[in-house]
Amino acid sequence: MNFISSHFIPAKIHIKEQPQTFKRFGAQWTPTILVMTPNGEEAHRIEGFLGVDDMLAQLELGLGKSLFKMEKYAEAEKHFRAVVQQYPASEAAPQALYWAGVSAYKATNDPGKLKETALAEQKKYPQSEWAKKASVWAG
Amino acid sequence: MVALAISWLKDADQALLAAKNQGKAALLDFSAAPQ
Repeated sequence: MNFISSHFIPAKIHIKEQPQTFKRFGAQWTPTILVMTPNGEEAHRIEGFLGVDDMLAQLELGLGKSLFKMEKYAEAEKHFRAVVQQYPASEAAPQALYWAGVSAYKATNDPGKLKETALAEQKKYPQSEWAKKASVWAG
Repeated sequence: MVALAISWLKDADQALLAAKNQGKAALLDFSAAPQ
């Protein structure tokens, strides 16, 4: 799990020791995992148990979202693309593909990036909500 | 959450401060797992 140590400052908060911290961050169920930006803003929330690959995909997605919130769009896109490439069957992948397209658009202002993303969503994940959300860019 | 070879802090504010100082994301794991 070097991925976690390499990319995050991790903290584990136990319900019996710090119920007030649960309340402060709105953690109403366990496990709940929050990815917070360096500015202390919540970027991504993971609720419920996941297997290793799905968890790593969610953490990579969260890392991308954190960078996106920091307006580091090119770096964010790399992490979103990594989710799609390394964990293509994960639940996180369609969302990551969507945000990869948005990041590419934000970095370049090229609307063609959004159209490419819509087509890729339709091809790879046609049943996902993210394909539906991206479909508006296909025209 | 697999805890292998990870140095977990036990304080959210400490993690947020370190994250800010190092320009990294913080990961807050809210758990009820047996300790």
